[in-house]
Amino acid sequence: MLRLDKITKIFGGLTALTDVSLEVRKDSITGVIGPNGAGKTTLFNIVTGLYTQTSGDVYLGEKNISRFATESLAALGLVRTFQNVELFGKMTVLENVMVGLHTKSRSGIISCAFKLPGQIKEEKMIAEKARHWLEFTGLIADAPNSANNLPFGKGRILEIARTLAVEPQLILMDEPAAGLNSQETTQLAVLIRKIRESGITVVLVEHDMDLVMDICDSIIVLNLGKKLAAGTPREIQENKAVISAYLGDS
Amino acid sequence: MTKEKREILIFFIFTLAVLITPFFLQGSYFLNVLVFIGINTMLAVGLNLLLGYAGQISLGHAAFFGLGAYISGILTTRFGLDPWFALVIAAVANGALAFVIGFPILKLKGHYLAMATLGFGIIMFIIFNETVAVTGGPSGLSGIPNIQISSLIFDNDLRNYYLIWIITLLVMLFSINLSHSRIGRALRAIADSEVAARVLGVNARVLKVQIFTVSAVISAIAGSLYAHTMTFISPASFGFNFSIELVTMVIIGGLGSIYGSFLGAAILTILPEFLRVLRDFDIIVYGLLLIIMTMYMPGGLISGLTRIAEFIVGKIKSRGARHA
Ligand SMILES: Nc1ncnc2c1ncn2[C@@H]1O[C@H](COP(=O)(O)OP(=O)(O)OP(=O)(O)O)[C@@H](O)[C@H]1O
Ligand SMILES: [Mg+2]
Repeated sequence: MLRLDKITKIFGGLTALTDVSLEVRKDSITGVIGPNGAGKTTLFNIVTGLYTQTSGDVYLGEKNISRFATESLAALGLVRTFQNVELFGKMTVLENVMVGLHTKSRSGIISCAFKLPGQIKEEKMIAEKARHWLEFTGLIADAPNSANNLPFGKGRILEIARTLAVEPQLILMDEPAAGLNSQETTQLAVLIRKIRESGITVVLVEHDMDLVMDICDSIIVLNLGKKLAAGTPREIQENKAVISAYLGDS
Repeated sequence: MTKEKREILIFFIFTLAVLITPFFLQGSYFLNVLVFIGINTMLAVGLNLLLGYAGQISLGHAAFFGLGAYISGILTTRFGLDPWFALVIAAVANGALAFVIGFPILKLKGHYLAMATLGFGIIMFIIFNETVAVTGGPSGLSGIPNIQISSLIFDNDLRNYYLIWIITLLVMLFSINLSHSRIGRALRAIADSEVAARVLGVNARVLKVQIFTVSAVISAIAGSLYAHTMTFISPASFGFNFSIELVTMVIIGGLGSIYGSFLGAAILTILPEFLRVLRDFDIIVYGLLLIIMTMYMPGGLISGLTRIAEFIVGKIKSRGARHA
């Protein structure tokens, strides 16, 4: 589904990633873990075209997407969420999800400004589908509220709902459980499983080890920009190098 | 009632108010002021598409207004073109110019974008002033013909009022429609978080250039109408000060609000009458207004008024409940 081939990223003098290769299987939930500054977010930024790697390639299926512009990836089925929640704060919850349907609709400025018949039909479709995704994620009751007024935990879920509206093949989630209480984290685990069951591959960066060990099929460990280990949750828990990295004497 | 239905209803009431207002102002000087409020509303609503929706600043919008006015003025006075035809050419030319400069300029963000658009405004202002053979230079261009529809000549305040306000209302309706569409949402998404919008497949770069172009076309139409109602134009109306006034209208009215743009335009059209004693220092008052508004009423006058209205409605409702 997603394959990284020897990704290296150098920021000025700092090497954030060194020769990272990894593969994400279709229909899996893959965890990416590692201490602060390990390069997890940088990896997501490279895959989604926000940063350009110094060397290496990214493949989505058979396609080399290394030089693809960020905005072209949604149409290919690749989306992400952000570590520092990036909601459209001045818009309603429903409108946030409606933006997720941008690639599923065509009307241009002229047909929108003059409300041509095709645009009206399309607008109905957008609202209907957006409501569907709010129901799917349990946010439907908040539909008319301003995204700014949403409690933090629901904001994280809204970010996921918005990416679901793209009907992607692959979602990258950057610390979806950060800032959630234990009840919200449990609900998140249920939601992520439900997303995978609907045929979407999930990659998540997470610090919450219980969550990662619970829901991931496979885990990749990054440390200081290098891939330290990869395997099943059990293998990772028993890996000596991983244990010592987490204890801080790497 | 959905937000959109409510807005259409408000627009209907607003339109009615605009259409009947002249009956209460027969022959009054105020009708002339309302003509200018109409032109400024058109400009503010156009700039609001860029500044309020997409969150992109332009400190050079007076240049598009001026270019529209000059193209229309020159084509009619020197080449004898029909004003309507000149208006269309002015709109198309402005759109083409905005599209071409939009790609490099709108790559910039924040202060850099402000500087680039400011530079554009200054360059155009110098061109209006210095190409004396074409524009008439600082002493201006006079004898611009009025707009005409068969035998109806738009040569008095009442006729100009209807001409300008009907087009302004259309621009407002266009703007309302746009705001409740995938394009309007994508623009607002860009303003709130450009990266998140791009991740969802919004081509921010192209969309920003498109809305910049639409905004320039609206400014050109306003400029052309201005030239044909005034019959005289000079560079002084299209300088840096006016660009700042336009931004002030949009911000004090309320970013993203169409009626806010109208309120801002109305206030900044009337205010100068009272600020005449200050001469060129009137810009200081606009600066102060901007500072005060952003500090104490960041949503603009329209949000302040909405809050007051909600407060009053709440009071009435709670009193009604107590009596029941
Ligand atoms: N735009 C940038 N410019 C310079 N250095 C950067 C940039 N982005 C990240 N870095 C550096 O790259 C390294 C990896 O950062 P990254 O954000 O990928 O870590 P992370 O694994 O996501 O950490 P955390 O768990 O804290 O989110 C850090 O040393 C960081 O300072
Ligand atoms: Mg990170």
